[in-house]
Amino acid sequence: MIAFLQRRIALIIPTLFFVSVLIFGLQQLLPGDPALAMAGEERDPAVIAFLREKYHLDRPLPERYVLWVKGIAHGDLGESIRIKRPVKDLILEKLPVTGELAGLAMVVALAIGVPAGILAAVKHDTAIDYGATMAALWGLSIPNFWLGILLILLFSVTLGWLPASGFVTPAESLKQNLLTLIMPAFVLGNAIAAVMMRHTRSAMLQVLDSDYVRTARAKGLSEWSVILRHALRNALIPVVTLGALEFGALLSGAVLTEQVFSIPGFGKLIVDAVFNRDYAVVQGVVLCTALAYIFLNLFADIAYALLNPRLRA
Amino acid sequence: MTAEPLAAALIAVERAEAPWQRTLRQLAHRRLAMAGLAVVLFFIVLAILAPLVSPYDPLATSWSAVRKPPSFAHPFGTDEIGRDVLARIIWGSRASLAAGLVSVSLALAAGVPIGLISGYLGGFVDGMLMRMIDAMLAIPFLILAIALAVFLGPSLANAMIAIGVSQTPIFARLTRGQVLVVKHEDYIEAARAVGNSHHRIVLRHILPNIVPPLLVQATLAAAAAIIAEASLSFLGLGEQPPDPSWGSMLNTAKNFVSQAPWMALWPGLAIFLLVLSLNLFGDGLRDALDPRRG
Repeated sequence: MIAFLQRRIALIIPTLFFVSVLIFGLQQLLPGDPALAMAGEERDPAVIAFLREKYHLDRPLPERYVLWVKGIAHGDLGESIRIKRPVKDLILEKLPVTGELAGLAMVVALAIGVPAGILAAVKHDTAIDYGATMAALWGLSIPNFWLGILLILLFSVTLGWLPASGFVTPAESLKQNLLTLIMPAFVLGNAIAAVMMRHTRSAMLQVLDSDYVRTARAKGLSEWSVILRHALRNALIPVVTLGALEFGALLSGAVLTEQVFSIPGFGKLIVDAVFNRDYAVVQGVVLCTALAYIFLNLFADIAYALLNPRLRA
Repeated sequence: MTAEPLAAALIAVERAEAPWQRTLRQLAHRRLAMAGLAVVLFFIVLAILAPLVSPYDPLATSWSAVRKPPSFAHPFGTDEIGRDVLARIIWGSRASLAAGLVSVSLALAAGVPIGLISGYLGGFVDGMLMRMIDAMLAIPFLILAIALAVFLGPSLANAMIAIGVSQTPIFARLTRGQVLVVKHEDYIEAARAVGNSHHRIVLRHILPNIVPPLLVQATLAAAAAIIAEASLSFLGLGEQPPDPSWGSMLNTAKNFVSQAPWMALWPGLAIFLLVLSLNLFGDGLRDALDPRRG
C-alpha cells in the first residue's frame, strides 16, 4: 500500500509541472505585447506599467515562469484588471456557490443514474433496458444550456413555479436557495446521470453473471436481496470512483449552467472574465480547477485501492 | 484427400468477406445507427446546399418582421431584428459541421502521432509525453477550450483550434493504449525480424490495425466538438455576429425566452439532433466493429 501511494504521488509531480507550464504558456498566446493586451481597452499607461512590473515582462521567459510559480506557491494568483481585487479572493468567494450547485448536481446524478443502471441491468434486453439506454443517450446529447432555457420556459415563464434566475445564499433563506438551485442542479446532473447509468448498468451486468451471485441465488435468497446486498456492493466500486472523474464534466457544465441561470459562482466568474478579457482571472480559475481535479483523482485512486485489495500490489 | 478442398473452401469463404465488408454488413443491420447516419448526411447536404435551399438571406434584417412567431412566410419565425430563423439554422449548420470536422481532424493529426511515438518507444519518452497528456486532461475539456479561445481571441477558427487542442489528449491516450496491445503481436515481431525500419513498422503495420477504435472515437469526438463549438459560441467565443451559428443564436434567444420562445427552440433542437445522430452512429459503429458481437 505504501509503495502504491509513493508511486501514485510521484506521478503527480511531473503532471503539476506540465499543468503550470501550460497555464503560464496561455499568456504567450496573446497577440502582441501582453501588457497592452491585458490592460484592456483604456490602455491606461499606469496599468500597463503596473502589469509590466507585476508579470516581470522585461525579464526572460524562464525567469518569468519561476517568478510566477513562486507567486502561486505564496497564494498570489494575480489581480483582476477589471475589479481590481486579488484573483484568490474572487475564487474563494465564488467557490461555495459552485460547490453547493455541484454537490446537488451529484446527488441528482446518483439518484437517477444508479437506480436506472440497476434496473436496466436486472431487466436486461427488455423495454425497460432499451428505454433507460435511450434516455442516457438523450442526456449525453442534449446541450445543457439549451435544456436550461427549456426548463426556464416551462417552469418559470409558463407555469411560474420556480424562479428563472438569481441566487439566494442558504444563510438568507434555505428554502429560497434550494428553489433557485433545483433547475440548475437537474440541468448539470442529468448528463452525469447518463454516464453513471451506463457504468452502473455494465458493472451490474458483469457482476450478475459471476459465481458468487449464482451461489447467493442458490442459497435461496430473494432476488432483490441478491441484487442489492450482494451484486450492487461490488458493482458500485467503479461507479464511486467515476464520481471523481466526472468532476471535470461537472465544472465544465457549471460554466454554462451558471451563465443560463445567472448564478454567481465559479463558472460565472470565468465567463465574466472572458467577456472582460480579464486574463489573470481566467488563468487563476483554470489553475484551481486543474489542482482540484488532480487531487480528487489522487483521492479516488487511493479510495479505489482501499476498496479493491487486488490493486494494492 | 478430402482435407485440401475443405481448406480451400474455408479460405474462399474468408476471402469472400473482408473485415470492412463484415463491419458494413453489421452496421447496415443497426437501424438506430443508420438513422443517425441519415440525419448526419441530411445536415451535411443542407450545409453544402445552403445558398440554394435557404429561403432568405441569413443576415437580412427586417424591421417589419421583428420576433414574429412561426408562420407560412417564416416557418421557424423571426429573431429580434427580423432575420429568418430557418435561414439562420440552415447557414448555421456550416459552423457546427466545420467545427466537428476541423477540430477532430486537428486532434487526430496531433494526438495519433504522439500516441504512436509514446506507445512504440516506451521508456522515458513515453513517461514524459504521458505526463504532458495527464496535465492537459487535468483541465476540464470545456474550461481548457474556453481558456485557449480567450487567449487566442474570439473567432470560429480559433474556437476550432481550441477544441482540437483540448481533444488531442483523448486521441493520444487511445492510440498509445492500442499500440501497446498490438506491439507484441506475432505479425509485428515478424515485420521486425524481416528487417523493416521502425518508421515503416509503425506506419505500415501498427497504424492500419488500430484504425477501427480511432474511427469510433472520432465520431463521438465530433459530437463533443459540435456541443463545444455551440458552447463557445454561446459564450461569444465562437462565430462572431452577425454570422449565424446555433450557439450564438441560443445566446441571443436566452434574453427573449418569454417573448419569443421559438428563437430558442430551433437552434437547440438542431444541435441536439445532430449530436444525438453522431452518438447513435458512433455507438453502432463500435458495436459493428466489435468481433465478439454478431
